[in-house]
Amino acid sequence: MKPAISVENLAYAYPDGTHVLRGLDFNIAGGSFFIIIGPNGSGKTTLVKIIAGLIRPGQGRVDIMGEPLRAYSRRAIARRIAYVPQQTAMDFPFFVSDAVLFGRAPHLGAFGIESGEDRELARQAMAFTEVDHLAGRRIDQLSGGERQRVFIARAICQAPEIILLDEPTASLDIAHQLRVMDLMEKMKAEKGITVVMVSHDINLAALYADALMLLQRGKLVAYGEPGDVLTYQTLEDTYGCRLLVDESPLGPMPRVTPVPGRYIL
Amino acid sequence: MMLPAVVKRIFLVTGIMLVFLGGAMLLGVSMGSSGAGWVAIKESVSALNDPGSPLHSIIWKIRLPRVLLAALVGAVLSLGGLVFQALLRNPLAEPYILGISGGAAIGAIIGIMIGLTGLAGSWILAFAGGMTTLFIVLGIVSGATMMKKESLLLSGVMVNAFCSAVIMFLISLTMDARLHNIMFWLMGDLSSAGPREITWLAIAVLPCFLIVFRVSHAMNLLLMGRDMAHSMGVNVRLTTVGLLILTSFMVSTTVAQVGLIAFVGLVVPHLLRLLLGPDHRELVPACIFGGAGYMVLCDLLARILPRHGEMPVGVITAMVGAPLFIYLLRRSSS
Repeated sequence: MKPAISVENLAYAYPDGTHVLRGLDFNIAGGSFFIIIGPNGSGKTTLVKIIAGLIRPGQGRVDIMGEPLRAYSRRAIARRIAYVPQQTAMDFPFFVSDAVLFGRAPHLGAFGIESGEDRELARQAMAFTEVDHLAGRRIDQLSGGERQRVFIARAICQAPEIILLDEPTASLDIAHQLRVMDLMEKMKAEKGITVVMVSHDINLAALYADALMLLQRGKLVAYGEPGDVLTYQTLEDTYGCRLLVDESPLGPMPRVTPVPGRYIL
Repeated sequence: MMLPAVVKRIFLVTGIMLVFLGGAMLLGVSMGSSGAGWVAIKESVSALNDPGSPLHSIIWKIRLPRVLLAALVGAVLSLGGLVFQALLRNPLAEPYILGISGGAAIGAIIGIMIGLTGLAGSWILAFAGGMTTLFIVLGIVSGATMMKKESLLLSGVMVNAFCSAVIMFLISLTMDARLHNIMFWLMGDLSSAGPREITWLAIAVLPCFLIVFRVSHAMNLLLMGRDMAHSMGVNVRLTTVGLLILTSFMVSTTVAQVGLIAFVGLVVPHLLRLLLGPDHRELVPACIFGGAGYMVLCDLLARILPRHGEMPVGVITAMVGAPLFIYLLRRSSS
């Protein structure tokens, strides 16, 4: 399948000269579930923001659906890529139904008026992520898991070809983590959407990802199928702690078990 | 053709606010130091088309221009508060509290002192003053602390205090008859403007209202965070900077004309948000017309409450607004 995202020699540094990303080359296949893992500060969030068009890359090339990212207008990117950030502001809490409907924004005319059709799409998106019963609630009144599903519904309502998520399962309990991951799997399978996710949970990543990428200090350490990326040698070198890697009881994917108190300096 | 639900709500909200504004203007035109109550309204209505009545010229020459000015000022200050609250994602932000009105006042006073006549001179100086304080406040809180509510407000309060000191210094240099005028103007004076000034103010601010309404949905998206808004197709930088400049311009010209009127931009958006929710496509027209009506009523109180003469309208708005501000601050910190 042709790549939905293709990245060539991508680098990024902060204005003070600190390198965040250097020389990244990779492709993300259309309709795949792609997960980016790596230690804190390895540049995962920056990479996702560059792909989302929120930050300009320092050098290199990013192609979205075969066209250079630079050639897209702000709204044109928004019609192809939806982004779910780590945190969303809630100082002025909207109703769930409105927050989801906001996903239609890049498809609307000059004054941002939604039609009945847009409302129907929002309703379907809420049904897809099973938050339709929350439509009349305010987003600050929801639990973390419910809120994450609302923001995913907003992203679906945007009708993108690619969805980028930055640690959507952080601070969720294990059942809600699974619900989010299953939702992404369903989105990929039923809607053909390419899912790109940043995650800290290596085991969940191994269970769901079609392809994985391991970053360390802005460099690509390994990238490919979970079984090729998640070897104990690579992981120990990258994270600096003892890890056991064996086969998951659920199937042929790797399972990673951390060993307490054993750091490699 | 079926209108989309949002459009229906915008029309409904605008209609209700127009009725409120119309009622407030009727009261404002018909009541005054010469009489208040139902009788005054009836007399005023019958005097409207009777050139022989003494009320006729009072209404057309004095009260109506003043009511129109109050309406414009109320609309500008309410909308200014709404925009700052959305852009800074801080329900307590307001042009007066952030020190923008104070900076504009310094500019306007300098204009008076160096003898700049005409609107353009004082407006430009007021605008320069307002923009300067805005950038000082935003500069103080830029970067990581930007989102901290308290640091933004504290910076505004301090810049405001500094502006007050500068204003007092400038006044101390002024020893002639202009002193009383400046003092009265400082507290919010709606009696100064004639038809010419009002027309120019309207020409300056009405296009701003349209532009703000045009980007009202972008303001909704900005409330969910800059990155989120950006990822939904909003040109965040252009929208933010453009709105900050536009709002400072509206507020500065208004301050140059009528002086410092505090807390209107806090009270009106807050009440309307309670009534209507946080959708700016409804809040923008509601703030324009509702804020206009609120100011007309405040001015009416300022005119009829004192037994002799009148008081500056800024006294009324501050007496309503300051307690509300304290209440909101307490609630937001708990």
